[in-house]
Amino acid sequence: MAGHIEKVQASISLALTGSGGAGVMTAGNLLLEIAAKAGWYGLMVRSSGPQIRGGEAAALLRFAHAPVECLDDRFDVLVGVDWQNIHRFADEIPLDAASLMLGDPDLGEPPEVFVKRGARYAPLPFKQMAKALPGSWPNMIALGLAAGLLGLPEDVVKAVLQKSLKKGGGEKMDANLAAAEAGYAAAAKLPAVPRLARHVASGASEKSAPRANQQPAPRARGKTAPGTGPDSRWLITGNQAAGYGAVRGGVRFVAGYPITPATEVLEWLAPALLKVGGVLVQAEDELASINMIIGSSYGGVPSLTATSGPGLSLMTEALGLAVAAEVPIVVIDVMRGGPSTGIPAKSEQSDVNIALSGLHGDAPRVVVAPNSIADCVATTQWAVHLAEAMQCPAIVLSDQYFGQTRAVVDPPADIGLVSARLKAPAGAESYKRYAITASGISPMAIPGTPGTAYTADGLEHNEHGIPSSQSADHTRQLDKRARKLAQYDYGERWAEIEGEGELALVTFGSCTGATREALARAATHGIKARLVSLRLLSPSQPERLAAALEGAKRVLVVEQNHSGQLYRYLRAEYDLPGEVRSFRHPGPLPMRPDEIHRQITEWSRS
Amino acid sequence: MSTKKSAGKSGKQSTKPGMKPGMKKAKVAAPKKTTAAKRTAAKAVATALPVAKVAARAKAKTAPVARAATKAKAAPVVSASEFMAHAYAMEAEAAERYAEFADSMELHNNREVAELFRKLSRIEQRHADQILEQMGWKQSPVSSANVRWEGAEGPETADSTELHYLMQPYHALQIALHNEKRARDFFAHLAKTTENAGARKGALEMEQDEAEHVRLIEEWLKRTPVPDSNWETDQDPPVLSD
Amino acid sequence: MNAPATAAPITAQAFKSDYKPIWCPGCGDYSVLSSFTKAFAKLDLRPENVAVVSGIGCSSRIPAYTNCYGFHGVHGRSLAAASGLKLARPDLTVVVASGDGDGYSIGGNHFLHACRRNVDLTYVVMDNHVYGMTKGQPSPTTEPDWDSKLSPGGTGLRTFHPLVIALAAGANFVARAYSGDPNGTADIIADAIRTPGFSFVEILSPCVTFRPEQREWKRLARPAPVTTTDDAARAARRIMTDDGFNIGVLYKGGRKPYQAPIDEGKNSPSDLEAEFAI
Repeated sequence: MAGHIEKVQASISLALTGSGGAGVMTAGNLLLEIAAKAGWYGLMVRSSGPQIRGGEAAALLRFAHAPVECLDDRFDVLVGVDWQNIHRFADEIPLDAASLMLGDPDLGEPPEVFVKRGARYAPLPFKQMAKALPGSWPNMIALGLAAGLLGLPEDVVKAVLQKSLKKGGGEKMDANLAAAEAGYAAAAKLPAVPRLARHVASGASEKSAPRANQQPAPRARGKTAPGTGPDSRWLITGNQAAGYGAVRGGVRFVAGYPITPATEVLEWLAPALLKVGGVLVQAEDELASINMIIGSSYGGVPSLTATSGPGLSLMTEALGLAVAAEVPIVVIDVMRGGPSTGIPAKSEQSDVNIALSGLHGDAPRVVVAPNSIADCVATTQWAVHLAEAMQCPAIVLSDQYFGQTRAVVDPPADIGLVSARLKAPAGAESYKRYAITASGISPMAIPGTPGTAYTADGLEHNEHGIPSSQSADHTRQLDKRARKLAQYDYGERWAEIEGEGELALVTFGSCTGATREALARAATHGIKARLVSLRLLSPSQPERLAAALEGAKRVLVVEQNHSGQLYRYLRAEYDLPGEVRSFRHPGPLPMRPDEIHRQITEWSRS
Repeated sequence: MSTKKSAGKSGKQSTKPGMKPGMKKAKVAAPKKTTAAKRTAAKAVATALPVAKVAARAKAKTAPVARAATKAKAAPVVSASEFMAHAYAMEAEAAERYAEFADSMELHNNREVAELFRKLSRIEQRHADQILEQMGWKQSPVSSANVRWEGAEGPETADSTELHYLMQPYHALQIALHNEKRARDFFAHLAKTTENAGARKGALEMEQDEAEHVRLIEEWLKRTPVPDSNWETDQDPPVLSD
Repeated sequence: MNAPATAAPITAQAFKSDYKPIWCPGCGDYSVLSSFTKAFAKLDLRPENVAVVSGIGCSSRIPAYTNCYGFHGVHGRSLAAASGLKLARPDLTVVVASGDGDGYSIGGNHFLHACRRNVDLTYVVMDNHVYGMTKGQPSPTTEPDWDSKLSPGGTGLRTFHPLVIALAAGANFVARAYSGDPNGTADIIADAIRTPGFSFVEILSPCVTFRPEQREWKRLARPAPVTTTDDAARAARRIMTDDGFNIGVLYKGGRKPYQAPIDEGKNSPSDLEAEFAI
């Protein structure tokens, strides 16, 4: 199909695959950087085989002129630097008859599973082209080719590549620049791929007449820092964002233990904390990590750790200690496939249960969930503020999809919430650490303060902190710890509520992007529905959710786990209006807009 | 009990394959090389890895660990039959090792080298089968698990730490060449030192056979392209999975 | 894999499964796997009577690569799982596989108590001075100045000395091996299995991806210039002055292994009711 009738789309999706050291991730990351520098938005998801080196790898990219928050239902282009074992990515790279596949004819046929989808195939001899430019790598040919197909400006390709090659020593710079150039030129001779539609302002897509095959553009939302333009955007992963949010919130002590996919939070924080006068310690395990941060927080320093499901399981006992002794801590849980060792490198939203009810005893704590990569900054910062304000643990439910996906985002505005722990002044008369107050929050004495020494205790205690098994003390302290959370004013951040209609979709975390896009598609054919993306999962907010769902007759709860953990929680905690359904599936595959969109249209018709 | 760090950070460091994510520049500053010198060094890297150090070690005859083992374990070869059992074990162990290499290379998407190792495995297996045929055995009278060598492993068995997931056919053949030479030298040494006439005869024959194998591999190498200087480049970092 | 006819001894191959390791080519663990199977063959064990228990990490992948009963548990708890298994099934040969992270960091506490408890287990730790599976962080045996993302400039911490700890905590057999000598390692493992009680074998097994400089170990590893001793004090002095590269069985004591006292049960449950009778 010659490219004279140019198809225009709101977003383009491209996958780069290869194995055995092909350098596909590197190429994908560079492509994302080029797009960012060219003023585009985009994101990149990585996927690989089980080998530590030389395994099959796929870089999954999506680009648009508005913030991209999820992968699309299909890929427009699949570039195979080679095809060895690439069939394993079949489910993650859905193709159809409109897709274009590119492969090296000297390295065999594309996998049957892709061919069957009806995608068009065009050969490109990557290996030969790289050989013709001694010192260059085939993935650079592929990079240039991808950039050319997408229509990215060639000068930007050169600039980004030059910078990157210079960092690596600059030895093979000329050869690889030439390789990218060759790939870029080759793109012009290949079948055309759709072009990106220029997106104007948010909401405009609903008013303008839809063009052929155009899907509504993803919406730009969220508060951005003042004075922003394409040049001030960030390229960031969710794990980095969460780390940064912690530092913004005032965290200055971190103890952690490496675990996939949370290790990057710790690795980002290690040098960052040094720069701001903080400390990171690699502990011997998660039990040590959580107990260390309780100790450091008891000492007055806002503290945090990051882990994943198995680590969170180990931390539950100490989390209870933080609840009982009223010590503020933040635990970032970058959720992965469970249960147990599960699927470490894939995303899932299946730690809702343990976060909300995994502690023994009556142990209220805060549970929040960022709902975009950029939001990992603000929501982690918020979690620090909440934990410190209410002197309790706060769990941040991020996931592998956010954590390890790199995206172009508008720099998130500083929400301005920092640690504001209520501290006891020196020499208070007969200081009561756990004094019963109206808010439930009692001033916390920081070690070093004269006259207010106390012993923090996991044992139930009276207002002075002296252990007690008395009924009155237990009830008073339980009430206090519950009240301080229940009565706190969480402000507007508790959820993101958009749209109107009798159908309401309730979700959280990484399903938000796909849900939002599904709703936008439904809107183009007249289906009105509202979105409630919860950021605050615990404590529940009955009045506010009731207000948000006012007038709704049907509620669809969307989540990425097997048993419907959010659905069950909402049914337990809230009186939901009308008919309530659950749409869910577990990892490792992400929620895609179309599967949600189909649920919406089917239910709207019946 | 710390490793002598300085030993590990000599000039050899620059020729080692593999990414070192998170590692900043080595604390011991490497001497600055000119571009020309770097290219020569790179060529040396390309053609010599991963066997360069192996060759250096071979000069030192047997590894220090093995020397003590020799004292403890090596029993003198007393009969022709026992001799042939050793020869068989050599070939069988080599065949098995090359088959493992082939599996590992295949799993790591290095198909070309996987096929080469499979070929080498078949060749060694043929040598082993020839010995069985010659001796009229259905299987060797001595289990390979109970055979002891002067070195750490059989004289023809390739060292598994010499592998690199991006290695080229040239490197694989260098490993094979090295092992055939070791085997040849093993039999030459045996012929010189044994007091058993039958064993000496056998050893001389085997030495000739192995010398022929050496020649074949050398011919094969001549037909094999020399790897580029960037053969071990993998821009992507290692991948975690647990 | 088919076992050979009853007359011929079992081969090492019989203990290998068809599942191909994901370890990087050049990894020391390939040799350790070979040593395991050779040791099992040497002792004429049957695959169905051997259990390989592990935690999480590259070395902990080993059970699936054998034809024995395997248990790939959670991070750091392999000794606990293995102790339970052996105490319930003293008839099995239980071998525990771990790494320096899994075994000495998160598993540290269980290590102490396993040595002390002295259940008849063989504990093999593949030490490569790094956390391999999670992309290269320092482990307790990593040199203090090894730079990494999580500890820029190095941890600055003295390394963990597992042989000293094992001896102090009561291990009955303390040895060090080197993956570069698979046959020697197989002999040490076989000796460890044969020796009753808690046998600890630390195997230096280089990581080709994150610690390529560990190829130097070929030069540094040497046979320990002493014979095995059963004198704990002498062993302690040796191990405390050891440089980490002495290969061999350094201590072999005579502690009786711990066995759960199992009364063959001449009572039946209803015999217990007597104490409730009014």
